[in-house]
Amino acid sequence: MTDALLEVRGLGKRFGGFVALEGIDLSIARGERLGLIGPNGSGKSTLVNCLCGTLHNETGTVVFDGKPIDGMIAHERTRLGLARSFQLPKPFHSMNLVDNIRIPLLYTVNARSGHHLSDAAIGERCMELLSDVGLADKARRRPRDLTQVEMRSLELARAVATQPTLLFADEAMAGLSHSEIEEILAVLLRLNEQGITIVLIEHIMSAVMSFSTRLAVLVAGHKIADGPPQEAIRNPEVERAYLGE
Amino acid sequence: MRAGVFWPIAVAVGVVFVVVSRLYLTNEYFYFAGYVVLEYIVLSTAWNILGGYTGYTNFGTGAFFALGAYSSAVLHKLPALLHTTIQVPLPAMILVGGIVSGIVGLGTGYLSLRLRGVFFAIATLALSIVAQTLIVNWDFVGGSRGIYIIRPTLAPLGGGYIQYLFTLMTGLAVLSVGIARSIERSRLGLGFAAIRDDEMAAEASGVPTLRLKLISTTLSGALMGMAGAPLPYYVTYLDPASSFNLAYAVNSVAMPVIGGMTSWIGPVIGAILLGTIQQLATVTISSALNLLIVGALLILFVIIAPNGIVGLVQSWRRRREAG
Repeated sequence: MTDALLEVRGLGKRFGGFVALEGIDLSIARGERLGLIGPNGSGKSTLVNCLCGTLHNETGTVVFDGKPIDGMIAHERTRLGLARSFQLPKPFHSMNLVDNIRIPLLYTVNARSGHHLSDAAIGERCMELLSDVGLADKARRRPRDLTQVEMRSLELARAVATQPTLLFADEAMAGLSHSEIEEILAVLLRLNEQGITIVLIEHIMSAVMSFSTRLAVLVAGHKIADGPPQEAIRNPEVERAYLGE
Repeated sequence: MRAGVFWPIAVAVGVVFVVVSRLYLTNEYFYFAGYVVLEYIVLSTAWNILGGYTGYTNFGTGAFFALGAYSSAVLHKLPALLHTTIQVPLPAMILVGGIVSGIVGLGTGYLSLRLRGVFFAIATLALSIVAQTLIVNWDFVGGSRGIYIIRPTLAPLGGGYIQYLFTLMTGLAVLSVGIARSIERSRLGLGFAAIRDDEMAAEASGVPTLRLKLISTTLSGALMGMAGAPLPYYVTYLDPASSFNLAYAVNSVAMPVIGGMTSWIGPVIGAILLGTIQQLATVTISSALNLLIVGALLILFVIIAPNGIVGLVQSWRRRREAG
C-alpha cells in the first residue's frame, strides 16, 4: 500500500485515429506539488480531462484516494475531492462572484455526507474564499468586470470551494504578467500548505520550476520523464522535445 | 420576497382575479380571450424553465402541449370504450396530461446527453413532427380528421363551462409561476443557471448536470402538457394541425425573450403583452396578423433589448443607482 493519492496505470485515449495519450503511468503522492509540462498538443489537457472525468479514457485504470474512479462522471469525481481549474477561465457569467463560489459549496460540500453548511455559513465561506484570492471587494460584481488575473483567481477560488484534496491547475498563469504570475503562485503555494495536492500544468518554465517538487513531461501522448525538476529537464529526451535534435 | 411568502400571495392573487372576473365580467368573450392569455403564461413560464433557466432551447412546445390535449381526448373517450357513464374530471385529465408530457420531457432530456445548442433545438422540432405523425395515424383520437369533444353540460364551481376553464387555467398559471419563482433562487435554480452558463464548469463544480437537465425537461414538458389538457374542452374540436401548430412554439419562445428570460416575471410580462396584443388584433383586424406581430416584436426586442423588458428595467435601475 503506497501513500499515493492518485494512481494512473496504462491510461490511453484516442480521438478517432489520433492517439492523444498512450500507456500513461503516473503516481501522485499526498501533499505533492507536481509540475506537468510538455509542448503544445502533447496531451496535458487531455490527461487532465481524462482524470477529471470530462473525457473517458479507453484504456488504463485510475485510482483516487484508494477508490477506482474509472467510468465515474465528472461531478462525482469532484465530490470525491478531485478539482480542476480550466485553461480558459469558465466563470458563470450570469452570476456575481459570490454565486460563482456558492455553486460548488452547494453541490459539492453540501452533497457530501456529514457536511451541511447553512445559508449563512455558505455566505461566510464564499467571502472567505474570495478574500483568499483578493476578490472580496468585487464579491457582488459579475465576472465580466474582472481583469485576466482576477478571472484566473476566481477560477482557482471556485475549484478550492469544492474542498479538494487534489487540484489540477491547468495553465492558470497563461497570459499573465510577471507580477501576476507571482500572485497566482503565492495562492497555489498557500493552498498546498493547507494540504491540497496540486498538479500545475504550465508552459511558463520559471513558474513550474519554482513551484514543483516533481516534474512529469509529456510528449506526443507519452510520458517521457518523471522526477525531480532539475533532473527531468536535463533528460535528453526532454531536451530533444523542447529544443529539437 | 421569500418563496414561503410568494406562494400564499400568488394563490391569493389568483383567487381574487377569478372572483373579480366572475363578479364583473359578463361577456363570455373575455373568458375566451383571458383563457388564451393565461395559457400563454403557463406555456412561456414552462418554456423558460428549460430555455431561460437551463439554456436549452425547445422548439417542441407544440408537441408537449398537444400530447396534453390528446391525453384528455383519450380520457374523454375512455368511458364509452369501457361501457361506463362515469366521466373523468378535467382536473384529473390535467394531471394525466402533465404526466404524459412530463414523461416525454424526460425522454427529451436524454437527448441533451448528445445534443446541445441548435442541435437540441432541431431535435425538439423533430420530436413535434414525430408526435404529430403518430397522432395523425391514430384513429382512436380521430387521426388527421380530428375529434369532436362535447363539453359536459354542468360546470363545477358554478357559472358556464368557459368560466370553469378560465378558473382552472388561472390555477395552472399560478402553479407554473409559483414553481418558476421557487426554482429561481433555489439550489436547483443556481444549478440550472450554472448549466446555462457553462456545462463543463458546472460539472467541475459538482453539479449533476444530466440529473438537473432531466428535472428541467420533465418539469417544463409536464407544465406544457397541463396547459394543453383543457384544450379539447376549450375548442370542442381537436385536430393535429391546430393542436401541434408551430405558433405555440414560436409564441412560447417569443414571450420569454420579449419579457426577459432570467426572471420568473419576464415570461409573465411577455405572455400578457403578446397574448393581449394578439387577442386585440384578432378581434379588430385578423388572427392572420398574430404571427406577424410576434415576429415584428421579436426582431425589435432582439435588436433594442436582448435581455427583454426585465433586462431594460434592470439596466435602467443600475444606471440610476450609479448616479
